[in-house]
Amino acid sequence: MTYIAKPKLRHPGIPVNKLGFTHRDYEGSISTLCAGCGHDSISFAIIQACFELNIAPHRVAKLSGIGCSSKTPDYLLGQSHGFNSVHGRMPSVLTGANLANKELLYLGVSGDGDSASIGLGQFVHCVRRGVNMVYITENNGVYGLTKGQFSATADKGSKSKAGGFNADSPLDLVSMALMVGATFVGRSFSGDKAQMVPLIMAAMSHPGPAFIDIVSPCVAFNNHAGSTKAYDFVREHNEAVNRLDLMEPRASIKVEYAPGTTEEVALHDGSTLRLSKLAADYDPFDRIGAMNYLQSRAAAGELVTGLIYMDNNAKDMHANLNTVDAALNRLSEKDLCPGSKGLAAYNASHS
Amino acid sequence: MSQIKSVNDFVVKFANVNGSGSASANEMFARAILRMGVPVTSRNIFPSNIQGLPTWYEVRVSGKGWLGRRGGVDLMVAMNPQTWDKDVASIDPGCYLFYDSSRPIPDSKFRDDINIIRMPLTEISNAAYKDPRQRQLFKNIIYIGALTQLLGIEIEVLEKLIGEQYSKKETLIAPNHQALRMGYDYARDHLGDACSLTVERANEVGKRIFVTGNDAAGLGCVYGGATVAAWYPITPSTSVAEAFAKHCRKYRVDAETGKNKFAIVQSEDEISAIGTVIGASWNGARAFTATSGPGISLMQEFLGLAYFAEIPAVIIDVQRGGPSTGMPTRTQQSDLLVCAYASHGDTKHVLLIPEDPRELFEFCAQAFDLAERLQTPIFVLEDLDIGMNDWLCEPFTWDDKRVYDRGKVMTAEELEAGKTFGRYLDVDGDAIPYRTLPGTHPSKGAYFTRGSSRDRFAKYSEEGAVYQDNMQRLLRKFETAKSLVPSPVIEKAREKAKVGVIYFGSTAPAMREALAALAADGIHLDTMRLRAFPFSEAVTDFINAYDQVFLVEQNRDAQMRSLLVNECGIDPARFISILHYDGQVITARFIIAAIAERMSLTSREAAE
Repeated sequence: MTYIAKPKLRHPGIPVNKLGFTHRDYEGSISTLCAGCGHDSISFAIIQACFELNIAPHRVAKLSGIGCSSKTPDYLLGQSHGFNSVHGRMPSVLTGANLANKELLYLGVSGDGDSASIGLGQFVHCVRRGVNMVYITENNGVYGLTKGQFSATADKGSKSKAGGFNADSPLDLVSMALMVGATFVGRSFSGDKAQMVPLIMAAMSHPGPAFIDIVSPCVAFNNHAGSTKAYDFVREHNEAVNRLDLMEPRASIKVEYAPGTTEEVALHDGSTLRLSKLAADYDPFDRIGAMNYLQSRAAAGELVTGLIYMDNNAKDMHANLNTVDAALNRLSEKDLCPGSKGLAAYNASHS
Repeated sequence: MSQIKSVNDFVVKFANVNGSGSASANEMFARAILRMGVPVTSRNIFPSNIQGLPTWYEVRVSGKGWLGRRGGVDLMVAMNPQTWDKDVASIDPGCYLFYDSSRPIPDSKFRDDINIIRMPLTEISNAAYKDPRQRQLFKNIIYIGALTQLLGIEIEVLEKLIGEQYSKKETLIAPNHQALRMGYDYARDHLGDACSLTVERANEVGKRIFVTGNDAAGLGCVYGGATVAAWYPITPSTSVAEAFAKHCRKYRVDAETGKNKFAIVQSEDEISAIGTVIGASWNGARAFTATSGPGISLMQEFLGLAYFAEIPAVIIDVQRGGPSTGMPTRTQQSDLLVCAYASHGDTKHVLLIPEDPRELFEFCAQAFDLAERLQTPIFVLEDLDIGMNDWLCEPFTWDDKRVYDRGKVMTAEELEAGKTFGRYLDVDGDAIPYRTLPGTHPSKGAYFTRGSSRDRFAKYSEEGAVYQDNMQRLLRKFETAKSLVPSPVIEKAREKAKVGVIYFGSTAPAMREALAALAADGIHLDTMRLRAFPFSEAVTDFINAYDQVFLVEQNRDAQMRSLLVNECGIDPARFISILHYDGQVITARFIIAAIAERMSLTSREAAE
């Protein structure tokens, strides 16, 4: 981490988005994470995505649990309300927040310990319920804040920095999310900003439970040979199935495309998602196919990244619960209280 | 055999097999007596089971209006061979045993000091019905018909109740009427004057209603403006969430769009339920969960967060027998301490303790005002007795001018006008800070909510002084709570009393009856019914005004005493604990015996 305060002055020529905000308006406090931590790159990608999408910062609610990753909401979107809840329980808090006011964008930031170990139950149930959110796990396979114990996403056979060996099978949150009904599922790598930013943007435009697992190496405890969550290992085994670009009505982002076919998908919010296929036979709209593909590539030792699955007709929890259009937190006595008249009927029916 | 005679003052106990359809027939019996203007209370004594285990339904008929459980049995309707011996043994001498005599029972299984009323119920039912399920269900109605005749209940009242019960399934009315008549006629023709217990029409019920606490709690949450409910099924609280859903479907569906002005989530566990409540409350909705002891245990960490981060939450705890799984279908008041000091670290929480469904309705509605005013969890501590039994209580009322107290929420206008916002800043001297809701203002009022230590402006801090400053303010906020929570109800005896009695919650009806009986015997006691924690000055003053104070509780460890000793600095020796914790509903007889024994001991000691 750095101790140097951010300057308050800004360059007069700094770019502004359609709402008149600069990048700086999407930043938060200075990160206290280790220099080179993948999580900071993800924070930056989230900032970039919000800037590009012209999201008013105060219309985002950012929630997290406990751990290194869960500290990061403090380091982005300083004008948003944030909630650093208890370990592994952010999903339930986010569910409640979303129920109270469906009009905000809910960003859940978590880690592999927070979501795959202590919070696995809450993670899957929140996704199951179809909460409209962007749920990002910053996945490094270890507990950073307690200095390097394996987490549940650590691959079998991984070596810890202290020389330990992980004999337990790993949990794959992407497979889990697909299984329990996430309608947008992606995976990325903190070292690949070009892939992360449009993926986060597309997730933010998605009207249902969107999950992105981002492998984010821990430079302090899990970036050594023998770790499958190290920068070098991920770079060598990263198999991106596509590249995304979210366009119009917003400015498109420049993405370096590898050659391949391109598909354009109209999203419900009016924007267009351009998908450049890197794996020719991969269809991100086929859930079962996606699950099969993930398993077979995982068996081959590869890490599938990109947009893994999207249901372009997603419904969310509020649709399932048939709630009124207005945010529930704005309803007043008039809407909510049946008054003395209602009680007269009640009393009469209980005599 | 002499027959005990009694008019409008006796206890009928039904011994049934769980799942045999007896519950609705028995409840109709109780309601019929009420409709004749005679107060009754009923208590369901049921197992943690769906089918097969024994279950009892106890109806106390009391023309004088005593609504506690009395204890003892005047008429046992013994329909369960599994519990025969115990049931027969529980009948008061000179009283009555009504049973199904279709199958012979050896003489040794009876008592010679009770009156036996035989009726071949199974034979009658089997002769009239072919379908096995019908035989079972109508057998219940047949015995109700017989009891109607034996006790002098007006059969028209029951016929009307049947009509109301099946108003939506009209085809069932005639067969039920027929079964009722079958029992009634049999009793008239064969049982003669076998029973000298009588119900006589009176005018003692007034406008009172007959309602379960959990239904009232669900309704109270609707009236209190709850829009988010998150819960996990657990006996005996499940029916709170179900009642809330039922009342919401009735009162909270937008007439134009058909959409819901509420959201109910059945969570994956109690941890998630309280998390959802906290998230919703943080974001400005009124939210609650309903649970019981084991759920409270699971919620501890989150409750500490809500206390420390100052987030409103309403938790309805329907107490049951603990610890662990304990006695899930029996009642207790044993969650006082786990709620009052929920979570690790130093915490104190507000408890509301209602005496009956009416007060529970009121406290549930009020809990949301308190939660938002104080920005902290509010526990409504009811119990299985209040929650799952029908209670006769005053009709519910609501003042249409009443507005919700949404507490200190800084608006966009106030922020825009430049009002200073410090999330944990005490600006009004009551230690309650202002909060802002997410999404309020583009550039002002955002803050980071966290369970870790922070300064008055919500900035992370591990400075000792900053931490202590905040912890001290939380203590002062709890002081503020004292003036906002329901005050204790203090009643003076007719004659000057040297001894006081403290009680709370579902003990109230038994206590009232006990006090009247004790007063008749010359034992006069001033009473205080606690209704909330933290305790106000009035509580300490009451205790200090007497040499000794009885403290009646439904738990083993005198938890309320611990709370009073701890919070009011009172010498524990001043309290005489009366503890009832076998899971059964506390009775006036139990309280009278305990107090009378101690009082006579005390007077004897004084004489010596």
